[in-house]
Amino acid sequence: MNATSMLLACYDLCRPGGPEGMLLHDVTLEIRAAERHALVGKSGSGKSLLLRALAQLDFHARGRLMFLGRSAEAIAVPEFRRQVIYVTQHSTLLPTTVEDNLKIPFQLACRRAESYDRAAMIRRLELLGRDASFLEKPVSELSGGEARTVALLRVTQLQANVLLLDEPTSSLDPETTGAVERLIESWRQAQADRAYVWVTHSLPQARRVADQVWEMQRGRLQPWASHTPPSQEST
Amino acid sequence: MSDAYLNLAPWQVASAAALVLINGTVSVRLQLGLEKTLVIASLRTVAQLLLVGLVLHWVFELNQLAAVIGIMALMTCIAVGTAWQRASRRHPGMLLNIVLSIWGSSWLILAFTMTVVFRDTTPWYDPQYAIPLLGMILGNTLNGITLGLNTAVDAYDDRRQEVETLLALGATRWEAARRLTQQSVRVGMIPIINSMMIVGLVSLPGMMTGQLLSGVEPLAAVRYQIVIMFVIASATSLGVVSVVVLTFLRVSNAHHQFDFERIRAAARSDERR
Repeated sequence: MNATSMLLACYDLCRPGGPEGMLLHDVTLEIRAAERHALVGKSGSGKSLLLRALAQLDFHARGRLMFLGRSAEAIAVPEFRRQVIYVTQHSTLLPTTVEDNLKIPFQLACRRAESYDRAAMIRRLELLGRDASFLEKPVSELSGGEARTVALLRVTQLQANVLLLDEPTSSLDPETTGAVERLIESWRQAQADRAYVWVTHSLPQARRVADQVWEMQRGRLQPWASHTPPSQEST
Repeated sequence: MSDAYLNLAPWQVASAAALVLINGTVSVRLQLGLEKTLVIASLRTVAQLLLVGLVLHWVFELNQLAAVIGIMALMTCIAVGTAWQRASRRHPGMLLNIVLSIWGSSWLILAFTMTVVFRDTTPWYDPQYAIPLLGMILGNTLNGITLGLNTAVDAYDDRRQEVETLLALGATRWEAARRLTQQSVRVGMIPIINSMMIVGLVSLPGMMTGQLLSGVEPLAAVRYQIVIMFVIASATSLGVVSVVVLTFLRVSNAHHQFDFERIRAAARSDERR
């Protein structure tokens, strides 16, 4: 691995707060090109906090963040987030049509150079077993799972290096889950300099979508050890 | 002009005060239990207005800049206190934002009005104009500022996901909060725009009524009222925009991050109260 293949890395990331005074303890994580990371752990262990901190969305997180070999501080934050995208299960859609929502990122100043590609979007929809008519659908008529899919379609069309996926398939049916996994994988394979971190509650899914599985325990990140049951707390 | 209105004798005022007896009778008859409150309210009306009259009499006589500024500062502080009381949720730094936007908008617009619109007054700070004018500005901007501020603060809590979704896609902090900010400013501006729409149709504004009662020619009174409406409207928009923008600056930072916890924690402590 040479230095240029390192996409995103954090060193000694801390997040003050919570009853114990610290929600993330000195987390170090390196994400290289083409890598697939999964993150498991109990609710409240700090998985989402870590992803939010990696996307520089957390107001209170402290630590060293590197992107493409440079300190993240040297990069304008919107430009950084153009390439490191955090996707939450709560991503909001505006009350218009599916297609209007897919176009939102291109209205932002940092994405002036990119443009919406309808034909490519229809190909992506086929991957999910849908056709172009889905684009015209009003957001108010979408099911919860469909809305989540739209939020994922919105990010997988973008020129980004790293996706930080916060439980993208929780509460989706197995069929849609499979389709979402294919969608993310096709996004990653489209370019050599792409990688993701996938937060999931399901160990089988973690093994399916990732080559490296991490476990978060009370704000500490450690490699997943198959001999330790996830419920068992250790320091 | 002093001959144009009836100078009320104390017994005439007292006869109007006797009308409150009707309220008292209703309260006793219907067992509303409001008698005590009515007495207190009536006494407060008389006492507060007499006090204000005495203070104004003194300031008008004195006609000194320091005294005028002092009274106006006191009025502004009371307006700030009222806005603070009416805030639905309080967060650190909010009081300073209220002080800056109320003080800044009302005094700036007042300074313009006194030096440009009413420039023939001597001295330029003539309390006869400056004090009632500031009172009207404060009374009206207060409403807009409180509405705009409450809308913005609630929106940062309720619509956190919308802001964060846009940030995550690469929006600047301004792009992420634009819809929310626009909506808050609009809500703050609605009352003054509505009153500009219907002024004179439903009821006559208090100041104009006062002028008409004291014998001012209707068209002259109208000219004053037009000035007042525009002064109030501009002070309101200035105040609403500044309180909403200051709140935005308070909850976000130059790294395009929003401290939603600042507002969340304040909401929780308010619920406990």
